[in-house]
Amino acid sequence: MCLGIPGQIIAISNLAHKLAIVDIGGVRRQINIACIVDEEHPTEACIDDWVLVHVGFAMSRIDQQAAAETLQLLEELVLSELS
Amino acid sequence: MKYVDEFRAPEKATAVLQEIKQLSQEIDRHLKIMEVCGGHTHAIFKYGIEELLPEQIELIHGPGCPVCIMPKGRLDDAIAIAQNPQVIFTTFGDTMRVPGSHTNLLQAKAQGADIRIVYSPLDSLQIAKENPTQEVVFFGLGFETTAPSTALTILQAAAENITNFSMFCNHVLVIPALRALLDQDDLMLNGFIGPGHVSMVIGTDPYEFISQQYDQPIVISGFAPLDILQSIWMLLKQIKENRCQVENQYSRLVAKTGNPIALKAMNQVFDVCETFAWRGLGEIPASGLKIRTEYAQFDAELKFSFPGFRVADHKACKCGEILKGMLKPWECKVFGTACTPETPIGACMVSSEGACAAYYKYGRLSKAEKSKFGNKG
Repeated sequence: MCLGIPGQIIAISNLAHKLAIVDIGGVRRQINIACIVDEEHPTEACIDDWVLVHVGFAMSRIDQQAAAETLQLLEELVLSELS
Repeated sequence: MKYVDEFRAPEKATAVLQEIKQLSQEIDRHLKIMEVCGGHTHAIFKYGIEELLPEQIELIHGPGCPVCIMPKGRLDDAIAIAQNPQVIFTTFGDTMRVPGSHTNLLQAKAQGADIRIVYSPLDSLQIAKENPTQEVVFFGLGFETTAPSTALTILQAAAENITNFSMFCNHVLVIPALRALLDQDDLMLNGFIGPGHVSMVIGTDPYEFISQQYDQPIVISGFAPLDILQSIWMLLKQIKENRCQVENQYSRLVAKTGNPIALKAMNQVFDVCETFAWRGLGEIPASGLKIRTEYAQFDAELKFSFPGFRVADHKACKCGEILKGMLKPWECKVFGTACTPETPIGACMVSSEGACAAYYKYGRLSKAEKSKFGNKG
């Protein structure tokens, strides 16, 4: 039920209603991005953002640095197993 | 697919599993870990994670499937609203087979009710715009992950003054359910895998009581196999070091204070109910959401008449014990015989996120367990 899928915002389709087109593994669909938009990060700045999509809404922006750090930690485990 | 494939890498999984095995040997006792979220239950079965873990780690599949815990009485009410000839009833696909007292939404649709499956509550609002002479009702359910989306849909309906749209609200809250579980004397757990997408909305702060008042470690986890394995590893480290903390494995999506915009929308539209009756767990105070009086015109409960009865769970059903980890699905008399995903009797067999349905679908029973099931007669 709480399923979420990562996707990348490729265009803003309705600035007033905060609607955007998201690309999820090649499939495109209009989603609502109201939950990830604020004064610091306005609607028009969301293009190219990676977001988590749940029931037609972007619920959170994916923190690319945090994702890289998690993977780095796992990579270090692989290296420590090999050594 | 970016942010999906890299969290499934087999060589990393092997390395984490090795760490988990080593830590388990050092801890050297039986550990019960509950994954709260149905999404985790589904992923654990789909990827066979339970089979990869050392035998001393037992996963308890918690109550985090909002479809499964929907009580029969509420389903009867939903079906009654859907059968109103003026109504187009819209719902997520997962609710269609959930059993009410006599029938389910799928059967009601077959008998002529206009019931439509939608992907998003916004699709339901669109149907309302396209059918101005009919009443469109959305079956709102789900945890805090989903509640902001239905709140924003109601706010949009209000902004556009769409008067033929309303919602039958059955949203539930994770934190009161966890507290109710932890208050049970017979629950013996060693830690929690916390729900990733609920936490993306509420943050990690609301879980502090678990570590501070109940001395349990919890790790908020993502849903890919590597996320879940890494979370189990983090839990074992806490257990070994005698720590009870709220840790966040899913930092790429979960912030400490959650999503303030989503929380604001939720609080603007919804108020907390006095109580909600969870199928399998019973009444839990302040565990559900209702539509605030300011948005009463979008509340289907005020627009339509329905029975509103409370209906007891089936006597043979052991869902309550299974949700608390006291019984395994195959220890229930009706598992796989009278109760199957096609004709579920209990909550846990309803959705693919329920523990019984997951065991039934993926058949991941160990040899000993299989022989028990086989000998059940």
